[in-house]
Amino acid sequence: MEFFKELFLFLRTRKKFWLLPLLIMLLLLTVLVVLTTVPALAPFIYTLF
Amino acid sequence: MAICILGISAFYHDSAAAIIIDGKIIAAAQEERFTRIKHDASFPENAIRYVLQEAGITYGQLTAVAFYDKPLLKFERLLETYHAFAPAGLLSFLTAIPVWLHEKLQMKKLLRRQLRKLEKEDDLGKGAKTKKENNKTNKVPIYFPEHHLSHAASAFYPSPFEEAAILTIDGVGEWATATICHGQGNQVKIMQELRFPNSIGLLYSAFTYYLGFKVNSGEYKLMGLAPYGDPQSPETILFKEKILSALVDIREDGSILLNMSYFRFVTGLRMTNDKKWATLLGIPRRQPESAITPSHRNLALAMQQVTEMIVVALARTAQRITGSKNLVMAGGVALNGVANYQLLLAGCFDNIWIQPAAGDAGGALGAALAAYHIAEQMPRIMRGQPPGPDAMQAALLGPAYTRQQIATVIHRYNATAEYVADFSMLSARVSELLAAGKVIGWFQDRMEFGPRALGNRSILADPRNPCMQQYINLQIKAREAFRPFAPSVLEEDAAAYFDMQGPSPYMLFVTPLKAALRFPVPENYRQNIYERLNDPRSPVPAVTHVDYSARIQTVSKTAHPKYWQLIHDFKALTGCPMLINTSFNVRGAPIVCSPEDAFLAFMHTAIDYLVMGNYLLERAKQTAVQNIPAQEYMPD
Repeated sequence: MEFFKELFLFLRTRKKFWLLPLLIMLLLLTVLVVLTTVPALAPFIYTLF
Repeated sequence: MAICILGISAFYHDSAAAIIIDGKIIAAAQEERFTRIKHDASFPENAIRYVLQEAGITYGQLTAVAFYDKPLLKFERLLETYHAFAPAGLLSFLTAIPVWLHEKLQMKKLLRRQLRKLEKEDDLGKGAKTKKENNKTNKVPIYFPEHHLSHAASAFYPSPFEEAAILTIDGVGEWATATICHGQGNQVKIMQELRFPNSIGLLYSAFTYYLGFKVNSGEYKLMGLAPYGDPQSPETILFKEKILSALVDIREDGSILLNMSYFRFVTGLRMTNDKKWATLLGIPRRQPESAITPSHRNLALAMQQVTEMIVVALARTAQRITGSKNLVMAGGVALNGVANYQLLLAGCFDNIWIQPAAGDAGGALGAALAAYHIAEQMPRIMRGQPPGPDAMQAALLGPAYTRQQIATVIHRYNATAEYVADFSMLSARVSELLAAGKVIGWFQDRMEFGPRALGNRSILADPRNPCMQQYINLQIKAREAFRPFAPSVLEEDAAAYFDMQGPSPYMLFVTPLKAALRFPVPENYRQNIYERLNDPRSPVPAVTHVDYSARIQTVSKTAHPKYWQLIHDFKALTGCPMLINTSFNVRGAPIVCSPEDAFLAFMHTAIDYLVMGNYLLERAKQTAVQNIPAQEYMPD
């Protein structure tokens, strides 16, 4: 949680909110990659696509 | 209560740790020296263990930890750069981003985790603690000074000046690639900065790459190769013109604009667009380890000259902006001793001081100093009336080893050693051996911090011997024969040999030999790079480069008493007040750290004698040595 708070403060200070969509996409991709490595969840992820 | 700050640099190249207590530098060391992996970029756990042990404190006693750059700002630069150049750079993006998302972006968490791990190990070693005492590092604040602020702090705070202009130049930090700052009292103010991708360091690295050397470590080779180029050659002049017209636009204030169509470091995994460079320069990229042609030498010289132009122009701007008479420098480009001497010649500053650990390792020290003086707002303590001595303690900030520890290594390998209790006698003996043409591995007291061996982890030899340069390069260091060696000269005798006023204790200025001491060279001197080495160019040919220059280290009696005595004894015997000083390592390995490293390097090379503390080991007598592991030579 501390990380997301710092990230938000960083974007606000730097006035770089336009990076937010890019960051969200990257984080979602990361979550997807992590989830697909879990054997129990992988079949459900694959059916989504 | 004492303010103890741990500085860390890591995860890019040359990770290191440093500790300061109440503003005094207690210890600093690079991780590579402990792990034996050159330019090791991993978390510096061994270096941290060492600096805390040297300081005699535990994790719980730390006031703060300082990391040498701002990861979020660096990530911002990466994202914006990839966004700007997309779809170019996809491969590089896919390589870099997972590491960032997985580790580097959450640097604070990563640092806390690593420190907790070390703390836990420490606690296990010292017995269990109460729950309250555990995990104290969780509460220690972690500061993230900007990369170039860390460099600036490493240059200014240990310098002997109360006020100074600060110039930091390297490849890239977060966005900045070079900054001009002003240091006054305990404050450092960033005045101007040059931003990525316009980078002097990366431009130099691009040429390092194009000339077939390794980026981030081969830059010294480019600098060493440059004097072999012919400054009068039309090819050199043409190369320089092409660099200035097509590759880089240098503005009057020293700022530069790179023509990015020629470079690939932003979007690719290489430095240059090889095809465009070949078309522009008329020579293809040199393959690593292949023959060095006159064109390669001339190109190296042209690039070196361009670098000097930029550095001098930046220094003039720094002087104009700050109005200071003192200049301090750090960042990888500050290790370019030839450019540094041009700064002295330019005369825009009365005094110049350069951080000996100017590269990223020194960032650990700078981060700790920035945290102490800027974040904790603690005043600077000047040593004597400025400009007095600097605070680097001759850069001898690494570990020292006891007589017992050295003896243990000697016994472990069943080595034959003689213990000479009186150092004066040992020094006299070693100077006789040096005068007789022997090569000595010299291991004494605390290890140096930074890329140079300054007389405590050094290979020493007689500079009067014309064959010595090629002999040490080929037989001992297993590296290119053209690479020059530096002399360590008694401070009081330096002016008699070299055109330089003032001390140069850290080998950071390449200075010319006095004209009266230069021997004439044959007419066909510039024909062959290696044949040239056979022509004695001065009374000290092994340390006189082909252009009559030398990267000198002045040795003072107060800062370096043992080393000074050795050179002094050598002078008494031969009349020559200097020695060849090259780092004590084998090819591809870091400089030796422990007695074991020194002994193994001695056994794996053709060094004639090894001196560790007061022990003298002769190669010819090591017939009973056992269990020496095989040495793998790595390209450096």
